[in-house]
Amino acid sequence: METLNYLNNGHGLASWLLTKDHKRIALLYLVSITAFFGLGGFFAMLIRLELLTPAGDLLTSETYNKVFTMHGVVMVFFFLIPSIPAVLGNFLVPIMIGAKDLAFPRINLLSWYIYVLGGLFTLTAALTGGVDTGWTFYTPYSTAAANSNVMTAALGIFITGFSSILTGLNFIVTIHRMRAPGMTWFRLPLFIWSHYATSLVMILGTPVIAITVLMVAAERALHLGIFDPALGGDPVLFQHLFWFYSHPAVYIMILPAMGVISELVQTFSRKNIFGYSFVAFSSLAIAVVGFLVWGHHLFVAGQSTYAGLLFSLLSFVVAIPSAIKVFNWSATMYKGSVSWQSPMLYAIGFIGLFTIGGLTGVMLATMGIDIHVHDTYFVVAHFHYIMVGGAIMGYMGGLHYWWPKMTGRLYNEPAAKTAAFLIFIGFNLTFFPQFVAGYLGMPRRYHAYPPEMQVWNVMSSAGASILAIGYALPLFYLLWSLYRGAAAGADPWGAKGLEWEIPSPPPTENFGTTPIITHGTHQYAPSKEVGIV
Amino acid sequence: MSDAHAEHYPGPLHSPPVKIGGEGPAHGHEDGHVHHPKLQHHFDDMAQQAEASTLGMWVFLVTEIMFFGGLFTAYLVYRAHSPEAFQEASAHLSIGWGGFNTAVLIFSSLTMALAVRAAQTSESAKTQVTWIAITMFLGLVFLGVKGIEYTEKFRDHIVPGPYFDASRWEHPAGVEMFYSLYFCMTGLHALHMIIGLGIMTWLAIKAWQRSFNADYYTPVEVAGLYWHFVDIVWIFLFPLLYLIGRHYHHG
Repeated sequence: METLNYLNNGHGLASWLLTKDHKRIALLYLVSITAFFGLGGFFAMLIRLELLTPAGDLLTSETYNKVFTMHGVVMVFFFLIPSIPAVLGNFLVPIMIGAKDLAFPRINLLSWYIYVLGGLFTLTAALTGGVDTGWTFYTPYSTAAANSNVMTAALGIFITGFSSILTGLNFIVTIHRMRAPGMTWFRLPLFIWSHYATSLVMILGTPVIAITVLMVAAERALHLGIFDPALGGDPVLFQHLFWFYSHPAVYIMILPAMGVISELVQTFSRKNIFGYSFVAFSSLAIAVVGFLVWGHHLFVAGQSTYAGLLFSLLSFVVAIPSAIKVFNWSATMYKGSVSWQSPMLYAIGFIGLFTIGGLTGVMLATMGIDIHVHDTYFVVAHFHYIMVGGAIMGYMGGLHYWWPKMTGRLYNEPAAKTAAFLIFIGFNLTFFPQFVAGYLGMPRRYHAYPPEMQVWNVMSSAGASILAIGYALPLFYLLWSLYRGAAAGADPWGAKGLEWEIPSPPPTENFGTTPIITHGTHQYAPSKEVGIV
Repeated sequence: MSDAHAEHYPGPLHSPPVKIGGEGPAHGHEDGHVHHPKLQHHFDDMAQQAEASTLGMWVFLVTEIMFFGGLFTAYLVYRAHSPEAFQEASAHLSIGWGGFNTAVLIFSSLTMALAVRAAQTSESAKTQVTWIAITMFLGLVFLGVKGIEYTEKFRDHIVPGPYFDASRWEHPAGVEMFYSLYFCMTGLHALHMIIGLGIMTWLAIKAWQRSFNADYYTPVEVAGLYWHFVDIVWIFLFPLLYLIGRHYHHG
């Protein structure tokens, strides 16, 4: 006999589309962001196919501009930003703190509809001619020179931003007000700390991009000159406002991934995290300092040298809390009982790739180097190491780790390990050569390049094919697990934490009665606190 | 799982639930007391629900500050860039209408606070609705005055864009920028007022149905927070837009 859980408690399309259950909304997000990931990946494959040969033979330069713009827009705004918070965060935040749901379940559902609406706007822009401004929508490309699809795409981003704001608002209120009795701040899982920090960035940053998009809209529709130099406006102001959100947005992508890695490293090393409070506070430090570094995108945009120096220094500072996390994960594994299940492979991959991405970020924060490699593939490689090697690795690791909890089924472990290896190899083959090509001077955003750059581009395109297979594999074995996978049981990993104490899949209400927490959530070893209770 | 570590594992994270009453269905009603009809299933009690709602509104207001903040930043940048043009443009705004509207909004904050108070102290539905209605009336007065001011700008070709009359200004480019920002900022503020009036309409209907009393007044309180915020935005807009040009051409 099947027990009642959130998946079989109510059937039919309406029970999903009108659900207020945070776990079902997480699955709605999972399906929709997977679709956008596929779309963004399709654009990426077009880019890599075009760059296989030096001549611009597959796509015209206009089409190529549209393809890399849509790749960036779809991946950043419709996949990476919602990925971990809206799927794993939605599912886990209430469970991990011992709550029955997020504080505002209806707003949670609303945020998914807003996301879908924004996605439809951007898809419309893509299908009716595309946008060629780059994902940054810099003025005057987006105001004077571009076609009217820019407004449709930008409105899509404006709308989706509110989905992000509402998710962040919901998490902050939930973490403040819905914690179970005894779940003090320093007993919270680190996944919760990182989502709290992410939510701060979401609520403080996203409104700024929203108003910026509105100003661009007003400029186009009402012929104002806010960013138009011919009318006394300043296009660099747009860049400041844009990066005030879009640099912290990088931390919206990476902070939740860091939260996932903190959970994975503890579970698969069978050890409590090394330096819990350092890891917790480093999330907050990244969120706060992350708001003060946007000017490093404007080193060559006419910003004063003194401002540049300050932004350079602050960008170095933000590397410190990131490094603290890397050191503490490594120290957690040290003398731990490390096992190499598929989620842990992603965690290990994350630590290495994030370190490379972070250190090249420190290089780029140095003004002298930045001027040399500005707008080259070195920058492209750097941020893909953070966003793909970091954020997506964390997302994949988290998805594999909590999949048995979400579905109640175990997937095929050898297949999962194969995919993890393919993704790691494919990723490095794709993006490491781009560091070299960029350092040698290959600029980004061109569909043709000098023949001596071909070797690096062929390697990159070959890597992208492997990466594509690696990303496609989970689609098969994860879906297969839904029908044929063995029952997972409440705690297939021998992990600690509230989510592993309730059945898989969890019941709709998560907890029959609100749990009373008597010690920290990740006790792989006894602590003083346990002795007291 | 390695057995070597098993002896170190502490027990389950949470102790068994304490049951006070008899055996009940496991959804938080074991103690047998009657829940308030407005209590949603995922909250433990009304106090937690009310705290969540007010904190939610405070967080939302933080996002609003950042939202308006983008426009205030643009204002600061361009005012620093062309201070004289901003003074010239500002001098043309009617300080009478602006001052009147400021007084109207401050007074509406008082009546809003009294509406919240009326709900908190379980005053009659009539009293609650009266305070809400007066607040709405003041909001409409504000929007009406704004309409008069906008009409004058259209009549005098001060609205930025193709019909802007550059000939009457000493610093036409900067003046046009000022009025671009003026319409964006006051327009966005007026939009917030209109949304506020929509919320107040719903609130008035609910108050008329006797929904609010000392046990449950969260919607009135939360709507009040929003209304006060919109007022405060105006308190910043008024001096920045209307008052900076007072000494222009007057020594």
